[in-house]
Amino acid sequence: MSAWSAVLYRDLRLVLRQGADGMLVVAFFVLAAAMFPFAIGPEAAALRPIAGGVLWVCALFAAMLSLERQFQSDYEDGNLELLVLSPQPLELVVLGKAAAHWITTGLPLIVIAPIMGVPLDLPPTAHMALFVAMLLGTPTLSLIGTVGAALTLGARRGGMLLVLLILPLALPVLIFGAGAVAAAEAGLPWRSEIMALGGFLLAALALAPWAAAAALRQALD
Amino acid sequence: MGDQAESQGFTGTGLACRRGERMVFGGLDFRLGPSEALVLRGPNGSGKSSLLRVMAGLVRLFAGRLAWDGASVDDDREAHAGRLHFLGHLDGVKAALTVGENLRFWSQLRGASGAAAVGEALDTLGLGPLADAPARYLSAGQRRRLALARLVAAPAALWLLDEPTNGLDDASLAAFEAMLARHRERGGMVALATHAAIALPGACELRLDQFTHALAMDEVA
Repeated sequence: MSAWSAVLYRDLRLVLRQGADGMLVVAFFVLAAAMFPFAIGPEAAALRPIAGGVLWVCALFAAMLSLERQFQSDYEDGNLELLVLSPQPLELVVLGKAAAHWITTGLPLIVIAPIMGVPLDLPPTAHMALFVAMLLGTPTLSLIGTVGAALTLGARRGGMLLVLLILPLALPVLIFGAGAVAAAEAGLPWRSEIMALGGFLLAALALAPWAAAAALRQALD
Repeated sequence: MGDQAESQGFTGTGLACRRGERMVFGGLDFRLGPSEALVLRGPNGSGKSSLLRVMAGLVRLFAGRLAWDGASVDDDREAHAGRLHFLGHLDGVKAALTVGENLRFWSQLRGASGAAAVGEALDTLGLGPLADAPARYLSAGQRRRLALARLVAAPAALWLLDEPTNGLDDASLAAFEAMLARHRERGGMVALATHAAIALPGACELRLDQFTHALAMDEVA
């Protein structure tokens, strides 16, 4: 078994055992998105134009929540040393961690997002765009977030710093993700936004593991 | 290569290590051939742990060269990681996994997946009956034994051990000494830092305080 899948299976098992962490992300997303109809009012005319943007911002914040622990517990209990000293490339180990993060946070968000579209009056025509955009956008967020988690490892108030580091980097995903939903709502083609999101994902896949691995080595030095 | 015999094994020449603003040691040489053992001695803070982390490739050298059979270790970090086991102060035990799962993960990370080897390693350290118990219920000594079981579960030529006997009872200490003897019989190398008495026949002793760099003396007034 390669280091990649070993890390992936272990992290999935840990999240399943500790249960609460994964649920927390979904609960945060649901509650945050549900705040908007209360704050803005239940009128469809007011909610409909912002629905896509609200869902994306909430998904972004929800994904941030669980990132701080991405490497922190491994760092504290000594497992990080063993991961770094694995005879296989550390980049693969990082990819396994990012994949586990996506499966435990990105995937549940993709499933729950259309349901949260109902109170926000997201039109059914936009559901397909939302699904595809999140399918491409959330793994990008997990990958960028993994770099942030590795960079802030061992820092005091690392969680806060992590959010400040990641949000600007996540901006393109947010813009094109919300853009795809807005275009679909307006009955326009949303193919180009999806292409851009796909491009971001490929770039993140190519760059994030190297950056995160370098940051992890630095953290143990 | 001129003389093969001199370059055999694991060697360090002119090693210097700096942590922050402090030189921990400088001008340090060592040579570790097959079946040899090196015991690092010195007062607290003399750099025993730092030297072991340098040997493992976790900490960058300030100066000097580490070589394996004459070839610089920096040339291929993953190959170096593949031939060593590092056991630091932290046991690296995941509390949410069972004893067996912890050990299986570590050996998968090193590319070994023999379930038999894992069971054997647990038996060697008297953890066999606890294989399915959650690691959170282990005592400190049992956790250390689980960490030691890593050494047997996946073979590696070089063992780098930092205070390996912390928390061990007499029976486990004897089992550990037998492990060391068997490892060296097979041509394995050991470098360990300890304040305790561990039976290591024919081991070289490296006193780290004699390499403490002059700069370390100008302690802040």
